[in-house]
Amino acid sequence: MKKMNMNMMMASALTLGLTLGLTTATTVYADPAAEQGKILAGFKKDYPDVKFDDMIHGAMVFSADAKSQYNAIMEMPPFLDAMDAGKKMWDTPFKNGKTYAECMPNGGKQIAGNYPQFDDKKGEVVTFEMTLNGCRTANGETALGYSDMKTMGVVTAYARSLSDGMKVNVKVEGDAAKKAYAEGKKTYFARAGQLNFSCANCHIGGAGNNLRSEILSPVVGQATHWPVFRGKDGGDISTTLQKRYVGCFKQVRHVSEKEGSKMLNNLEYYHTSLSNGLPMQAPVYRK
Amino acid sequence: MRKFVLKATVLVSVALASTAVLADAKQIADGKVLSYNSSKGNCLACHSMPAMADADQPGNSGPPLVAMKERFPKKADLRAKIWDATATSPQTMMPILGKHGALTETEIDAVLEFVYGL
Repeated sequence: MKKMNMNMMMASALTLGLTLGLTTATTVYADPAAEQGKILAGFKKDYPDVKFDDMIHGAMVFSADAKSQYNAIMEMPPFLDAMDAGKKMWDTPFKNGKTYAECMPNGGKQIAGNYPQFDDKKGEVVTFEMTLNGCRTANGETALGYSDMKTMGVVTAYARSLSDGMKVNVKVEGDAAKKAYAEGKKTYFARAGQLNFSCANCHIGGAGNNLRSEILSPVVGQATHWPVFRGKDGGDISTTLQKRYVGCFKQVRHVSEKEGSKMLNNLEYYHTSLSNGLPMQAPVYRK
Repeated sequence: MRKFVLKATVLVSVALASTAVLADAKQIADGKVLSYNSSKGNCLACHSMPAMADADQPGNSGPPLVAMKERFPKKADLRAKIWDATATSPQTMMPILGKHGALTETEIDAVLEFVYGL
């Protein structure tokens, strides 16, 4: 009798645990796969012909003209000198003789898709760029500025190119990671600035619509190809994903936190997870 | 004397009326400039204006600006929309132009006069 009670109690506890777990999953969307699926389903209603793999091309999925111009530019891209500068930084040993390749996981190859990742020991989101800086400081070098596109911008462009073709694979496991993911999601949906736009306004609800002649890109696929080299900057200046966030915030007249801040790291964590399963390519040209 | 008063009244009325018409024309012209300006009203970013031949490459994130008098029988409703569209449509993408100070009250009035004629 006593044993039976114990079993019943355990069964009840298990049921309660499962119920609580399910409730959390359905209300908070802490599961990145479910979140991506929900957004894709909404997008497919408006654009049933767009293929998942093509979503790495952003707004170009809506414009064959823009895509063919992009293809022509990428045959002889304007950022080759910047890539050479990035490769030189990557190959040049630190003062202690060690290199980035020796310090980064897997020699730095086919790893960028695992970032951002949640570091349970540090209790925070770690971006690919933070890992590059971690290598520098562990080897007695100074950290690069996250908004410095002449140094961090080019070395990350080259380092990320070593992961071309890798599929984005951001994991959100454990309560602390889920909290960071939820904070990133909150930022993504929060309206900001004098103009009162959220990221989601334009890139979830408004994807495919025009702002003047500019077509708004869908959120899924956006995080696969950074840094970009933008035509508006002459095509040879790197723009990291977080630099672009700061630019987006500026456009809606919001003074955002800086590149490398916890707020933007969490935003990048949520945002990048929405591109899970898509192949990476870095760097690329954008308008 | 009576004739004079009448004459004077007519003159004043004509003067007042023409001032009002002139003010409207200037407001409409100012409103158009503000509506086209990408760092001011920037209406064209989202709205087409089928009545305006020079409204180049408008966006389509918002509804076309047509038949505004029919859609907003009360002009004040349209002004309120421009001033803070979220007050009546919380989910709208439309920027909060008046309440957040992107446009001054005078600029809002000018945009209103221009848009109301579309």
